[in-house]
Amino acid sequence: MNPQELLYWVRGTGLQISAAIFVFGMIYRMLHLALLGRKKSLAAPRGSEWGPGLRTMWRRSLVMPELSANGRFTIITGYVFHFGFLITLFFLSQHIDLLRAVLGFGWPALPRSVIDIAAILSIAAMIALLVHRIIDPVKRLLSDFQDYLSWMVTFLPLLTGFMLLRGIGFGYITLLTLHLLSVELLLIVAPFTKLAHMFSLFSARWYNGAFAGFKGVKA
Amino acid sequence: MKDHDTLEHRLTEQGISRRAFLKFCAAMASLMALPPGSATAVAAALAQAKRPSVIWLSFQECTGCTESLTRSHSPTLESLIFDMISLDYHHTLQAASGFAAEKSRDDAMKAYYGKYLLLVDGSIPTKDGGVYSTIAGRSNLDLLQEAAKGAAAIVAVGTCAAFGGIPMAKPNPTGAMAVSDLIKDKPIINISGCPPIPVVITGVLAHYLTFGELPALDELGRPKAFYGETIHDRCYRRPFYDQGKFAKTFDDEGARNGWCLYELGCKGPTTHNACATTKWNGGTGFPIEAGHGCIGCSEPNFWDAGSFYTPLPAPTAEVTTVAGIAAVAGAGAAVALSALDRAKKKHMQQTHEKLTVKDLHD
Repeated sequence: MNPQELLYWVRGTGLQISAAIFVFGMIYRMLHLALLGRKKSLAAPRGSEWGPGLRTMWRRSLVMPELSANGRFTIITGYVFHFGFLITLFFLSQHIDLLRAVLGFGWPALPRSVIDIAAILSIAAMIALLVHRIIDPVKRLLSDFQDYLSWMVTFLPLLTGFMLLRGIGFGYITLLTLHLLSVELLLIVAPFTKLAHMFSLFSARWYNGAFAGFKGVKA
Repeated sequence: MKDHDTLEHRLTEQGISRRAFLKFCAAMASLMALPPGSATAVAAALAQAKRPSVIWLSFQECTGCTESLTRSHSPTLESLIFDMISLDYHHTLQAASGFAAEKSRDDAMKAYYGKYLLLVDGSIPTKDGGVYSTIAGRSNLDLLQEAAKGAAAIVAVGTCAAFGGIPMAKPNPTGAMAVSDLIKDKPIINISGCPPIPVVITGVLAHYLTFGELPALDELGRPKAFYGETIHDRCYRRPFYDQGKFAKTFDDEGARNGWCLYELGCKGPTTHNACATTKWNGGTGFPIEAGHGCIGCSEPNFWDAGSFYTPLPAPTAEVTTVAGIAAVAGAGAAVALSALDRAKKKHMQQTHEKLTVKDLHD
């Protein structure tokens, strides 16, 4: 298989396989979670579910003032990473080309300079978070293999994508192949690790808030 | 066929001045990325070069490669250089035909056994005993294998000979193969392109005449001097790519402003060739300058690499339908498993036996 054939496979069959696993896995896991069901609570509700549920979805997005410096660092750096990642993912023209081909519609891209800044900040934030995870004794103790795996499969697409855009290190074919392979790895791994939070995040928050609301706990 | 004829002598005969010859040598030296001082060495070597015998075999091809070479704004020095080799057999260009033509090939192969250069354009059909392309009743495969035996080196001219090209494109009804798929024991140089750039063919021949060996090749057997960089690397529209400025259609404002053609399917980033530097039609321009993206013709399997107008990031296979099927399957699996869970739970509840005080006594 020559480099062109490999690239063609990665752009075609490879993408089909990984997209299928991603969609299958995500829908299966989310729906299975939703359908788990819980025993009906026989206790009289002490408050409403919807209000606290929605409030928790929002409040968990805030940097709580009572957090320690370490906690604040984690949350703020986490935000930098997430926003940088999402801006790069959804507003780089090349990504919109791909999404247009898959979804059937597209949207305007952001200027390349904005994408560059977002990508660099996102990469820097990920490195900072990894270093912090290793240095901080509590975080280190809390981390397991899956945390490092999730970090790696998220970091690789960002890194290879930036190298591709700026032509760093290798030729275009090699970098495009590596970038697509790294994205495909992410797609395959995401549904079965804590990266599934990309879909379960808000419903999980709602559930926590609603549960507390039902018990009358002030959220 | 006068072996004692040197290139310099022949050029003088044809009224080419030494100055023009040196200019050509300097251009060749820089084209092949040789050190600055080497132009003189190239000139000295070329001037004394003997005309090597060249046999050109045309197989499953469209003659575009020959057209490219002969239409290189003749008479140019390039085409004269081509005169300077002893082209002993070439379907299209030779005067002889029939048995006389075949005989001239046989004679050259015998007289210059182990020394002649074999140039091949077109791919070789191998299915059903190679019956899909025959010359004088002999299959291409047979002719290639015979001619390859006594060749000093083989030059695969054009993408068909180098990588199989359009005859090898799916579904490849003739079982077409590239020269390098069939011949393993000879040095092979691939000058890919559909067609290849004329000056690249002459450049490689000049290199061979100068140094007596083939130039440095990349992993696909192409001379690095010409295929070392991509069209994208050397494209004059590259600054627009870096700024993210893309033409969206062939007649929008971006296209008129000369913006990057990436989103219109340009394969420049994945295509190694010298079009952006040597250009075509006597240096007039190359496809991107004419407003059309690169189609990637010097790369293997380019006919099967999706539409010429599909942007590089877009998938080369249908992803939406596959994802749709996966979504339905995922939902089905979740519902089925949930139903199973519930049934199991119900069964457990029904068969549950309460613990009694008596049980604790036992």
